[in-house]
Amino acid sequence: MAQKVTSDILRNGMRVLGVAVRAEPRLFTLSVVASALYAAMTVASAWVLGRVTQDVVLPAFDHGHTTTGSLVVGALVIVGVAALKALGVAGRRLYAGMMQYNMQATYRRAVTRQYLRLPLAWHHRHPTGQLLSNANADVEAAWAPIAPLPMATGVVLMLLIAAVEILFTDVMVAIVGFLVFPAIAGLNVIYQRRLAPIAARAQQLRAEVSEVAHESFDGALVVKTLGREAAETERFAEVAGELRDANVAVGRVRGLFDPVLEALPNLGVLAVLLVGSIRLRAGAMSAGDLVHVAYLFTLLAFPIRALGWVLAEVPRSVVGWDRVRGVLDATGELPYGDESLSGEGPARLEVRGVRFGYTDGDVLHDVAFTAAPGHTMALVGPTGSGKSSLTNILVRLVDPASGVVLLDGVDVRDVEHGGLARTTAVVPQQTYLFDDTVRGNVTLGLDVPDEDVWEALRLAQADGFVSALDEGLGTRVGERGATLSGGQRQRLALARALVRRPRLLILDDATSSVDPQVEARILSGLRDSEATVVVVAYRKATIELADEVIYLERGRVAGQGPHAELLGSSKGYRELVTAYERDEDDQSEGVPA
Amino acid sequence: MTVADPEADVTADPKPGSGISSGGASGLATLRTGLRLTPEFHQGIGVTLLLAFLATIGRIVVPVAVQQTLDRGLNSVGGPDIGYIRTAVLICAAAVIMTAIAAYRMNVRLYRTSESGLAALRVRAFRHVHDLSMLTQSAERRGGLVSRVTSDVDQISQFMQYGGLMILIAGGQLVVASVLMLIYSWPLALLVWAVFVPLALALRFFQRWLSQAYGAARERVGDMLSAVGESVVGASVIRAYGAEERTARRIDESVDTYRDAQTRAQRLVAMTFPSTELAAAIATAGVVIAGTALGIGGHLTAGRLVAFLFLVTLFVSPLQVATEVLNDAQNAIAGWRRVLGVLGTEPDVADPGDEGRELPRGAIEVRFENVSFAYPGGPTVLHDVSARIAPRSRVAVVGETGSGKTTFAKLLTRLMDPASGQVLIDGVSLTDIRFSSLRERIVMVPQDGYLFDATLADNVRYGRPGATDEDIVLALTELGLADWLEGLPEGPLTQVGQRGESLSAGERQLVALARAYLADPDLLVLDEATSAVDPATEVRLQRALEGITRGRTAISIAHRLSTAEAADEVIVFDRGHIVQRGPHTDLVDQPGRYAELYASWAAQLRA
Repeated sequence: MAQKVTSDILRNGMRVLGVAVRAEPRLFTLSVVASALYAAMTVASAWVLGRVTQDVVLPAFDHGHTTTGSLVVGALVIVGVAALKALGVAGRRLYAGMMQYNMQATYRRAVTRQYLRLPLAWHHRHPTGQLLSNANADVEAAWAPIAPLPMATGVVLMLLIAAVEILFTDVMVAIVGFLVFPAIAGLNVIYQRRLAPIAARAQQLRAEVSEVAHESFDGALVVKTLGREAAETERFAEVAGELRDANVAVGRVRGLFDPVLEALPNLGVLAVLLVGSIRLRAGAMSAGDLVHVAYLFTLLAFPIRALGWVLAEVPRSVVGWDRVRGVLDATGELPYGDESLSGEGPARLEVRGVRFGYTDGDVLHDVAFTAAPGHTMALVGPTGSGKSSLTNILVRLVDPASGVVLLDGVDVRDVEHGGLARTTAVVPQQTYLFDDTVRGNVTLGLDVPDEDVWEALRLAQADGFVSALDEGLGTRVGERGATLSGGQRQRLALARALVRRPRLLILDDATSSVDPQVEARILSGLRDSEATVVVVAYRKATIELADEVIYLERGRVAGQGPHAELLGSSKGYRELVTAYERDEDDQSEGVPA
Repeated sequence: MTVADPEADVTADPKPGSGISSGGASGLATLRTGLRLTPEFHQGIGVTLLLAFLATIGRIVVPVAVQQTLDRGLNSVGGPDIGYIRTAVLICAAAVIMTAIAAYRMNVRLYRTSESGLAALRVRAFRHVHDLSMLTQSAERRGGLVSRVTSDVDQISQFMQYGGLMILIAGGQLVVASVLMLIYSWPLALLVWAVFVPLALALRFFQRWLSQAYGAARERVGDMLSAVGESVVGASVIRAYGAEERTARRIDESVDTYRDAQTRAQRLVAMTFPSTELAAAIATAGVVIAGTALGIGGHLTAGRLVAFLFLVTLFVSPLQVATEVLNDAQNAIAGWRRVLGVLGTEPDVADPGDEGRELPRGAIEVRFENVSFAYPGGPTVLHDVSARIAPRSRVAVVGETGSGKTTFAKLLTRLMDPASGQVLIDGVSLTDIRFSSLRERIVMVPQDGYLFDATLADNVRYGRPGATDEDIVLALTELGLADWLEGLPEGPLTQVGQRGESLSAGERQLVALARAYLADPDLLVLDEATSAVDPATEVRLQRALEGITRGRTAISIAHRLSTAEAADEVIVFDRGHIVQRGPHTDLVDQPGRYAELYASWAAQLRA
């Protein structure tokens, strides 16, 4: 069973390499040619040395004299062969490296393109840490065997040339060689079979260690405020310990096979010396031949390990590639239609029979309402009643399980790619800023003049703090806007929506971190905007700005109509929006005025 | 998690001096410190080195065997002496096998000690990251912190298990080969040295180039990782704004820049690496010429000359390996530097540990004495604040954004230390209280309640490990959240998703609040802890909290002034000063900051 799995791994490994070869045929060819040069010259250098020993050195020792000419020629040939070999080495390294880096870059792009294409529902199903490692560690692992690959190809070639060459030198010695080389190859295969499962486990644990660290550091403030550092460290120490054990297990296998692989060629040389001497006495070969073959074994000892290196990377590569493929093959793309939204002015929004759920139950049931162009709708409901899910559906971050959302009468699923983003803008509850400048975060690549950016910032009440920043619009905000406060981030996110002059604007409790006074100014500014507005709100001041209120309760529309009307007709709504006043009244009753 | 101070309204861009030092120490000094801090590495290092020595000795067996065969076996009178050769070969074979066994034992020891050392180092660095102050943590990229306990350590391991050893073995091999060469023929030994010494020097020089090129590549990695991260973490914004192309462009740019940097480094490697081949060939050619001349003069046997040629290959391989290993070493040193950077960063808000005081449980009295605070490189945000909060009182802290109220809360919970003045709990300075005691008695609920990817119950249990599911349901019920809990598909066993993202922001706050409540602190600090919760639930919570916090001290920071109305006392912040104090009923009728804040709040309410 295990054997079956590992032979699959080897086969799959070859398939992964095949992908790389097809993607970069030029670089691959160049690197293999260079490797072949290297291989041929390695064998040649042993041959040259044997010839020089036989034809120049030994006669000189025997006869007590030699000619300068033959010495110089011998020396030049040795250096010449080495120069060609060096050229081969350089070419192999350069082209193999370039091939590896190109493949990494190509697949990093492909994976992230896929992230950009796949729907949010897909994103939600996959942990962030995993997606990040798919694009980084896994891509790297997948193409790790490329660097030593041409070398290994060269070595195989080298072994073939060497085998033929030894065969021509002496059959008996060749038999020794044919025992040693296949032994090395066989040992390599066994090695990889033993190593593959353990190495895959170590790789998996490495990802787990990273995930635990990521989550723990992400929640550092909670860890600190609850004094759970020791418990977190224990949690981390546990996975780190497992990783240590897995690495030691890998080490045991490597530690065993590496010395054996190194000892085999040495034993080969010794066998050649013994067998060779016997053959020499029988007159079947010369002393030069003996030196040549022994030297060849010595030269091969080092490169032959390259085979092992490729094979050692294969299991990791296969695992990495499988994960990368998992992303690339993921389906569930949000398909776009080809309708364009060509209207001008505020859009008309219509929601019909929308149902939506996550894996464990429906969040929205049969939601329906219409927002007339230019109207402001308030979306009100208790915590967890499905308001954010609904806003996500309105701008098509997710599609409903059933029902439709119509914009100017067009089903949003039929709108062309980019069409919705040009028409609608949403400011989510949780703002996300890019590690970019204020300008970059507001425009997000939209080509607008700075005056428009300032105008949007002014509407979002953000112009004040932005102009106080050292470099104004050009100030970088840091990773996730780390240099700004929560309220500032929210206001930038709002400006990001406003600069687009959307025809439908959706605010999902987008001013929760903003002071009430500032919020009031923002909202009064929005009244003049040329947009239909859907605003998720709790504050009465905000709700009162709306022409109509949709009251959600447990995923259903439990009431709809103007604020004043709903106050009378819906008990749930009344209790929600007047909670503060009633609370106050209760208290003032208790406290003598 | 909110990493920046939500109140530093005009924060100067970076926060100089508050991050983790990258350590400018030299490579060798870094390695030394690293080894000192990881005692596991030198456990039984003597035996390991001995085994390494044996493994090295084994490498000269082959040249010796060749020499013996040629000189003693083949050239013996009356043709090759097969008996002698057989004995020599058998002895050498035994030596080769011994060498392999020694190498195996050495490898196993090395893996065991190095992995134990690295695991310990990882854990120590991890712990230290948590011990760093909130400001230091927030000055770092999250990914950067993670890599300090993951990939940086991996880089060290590669070096410790392969490169570090190779340097030892290669060094030993050079020494042993040199000794043998000197025995065989000192003039030839000098010749070989004459070729290799300049090469070694040149390689050192190349190495400097290489490390620069690698350094450049490493720098690009960070940029690339953060660009790639955006496509995942910012997915919903990218989708909503159709910013796919812009994001793709940014990713492409960083991916390509990284690739180019890698390629540049590789080009240098490709140029320098083969130089050893050429040097070896030159040495070989030199040995052939000089050796033959020496042989003619009768100073050298043919076997020794050939053995010399084998020895030259023994000489090359350490140098070949060295170029590789030095790259590993550079990476390892960079890894060490970053890991040591964590360990070497003194937590500026430090736990007094065993020397600190343990406080008995009971309602807490808080005193601020002339406390001032400024963020690193920023303006002063709290000016000389003094205040006393009586035990068992419920205090609301109000003020506009940037008035200093969150800073007040952070100083009170010792997430930061004041620049001047001191904060006292029951008359004891916060800096003198052991963290274990402090965190047990004072718990803050931040605005953005981070949840771990686990069940809701597990997240609440985080406040008190060992609490049963019943305890948790009870706690939520006491907080008036039973209805909400029932509405969840799996009740307390609902999975909250990464960072709690399967729940809404308001729901996350409910969980965070329950978590803090279960921790049962003597002082509960709520920093806008219910800002995303609907009014009805918030009012319910507030009432529940009133009951629950009876007998303890509670401080709430809020911009919804309903909280202030319910409190025993209100503290009003304005521009880093406390401008008003007193019960709501008193303050609301006085002209001043509070009356203004309240008027605008009431206007919203009654609009």
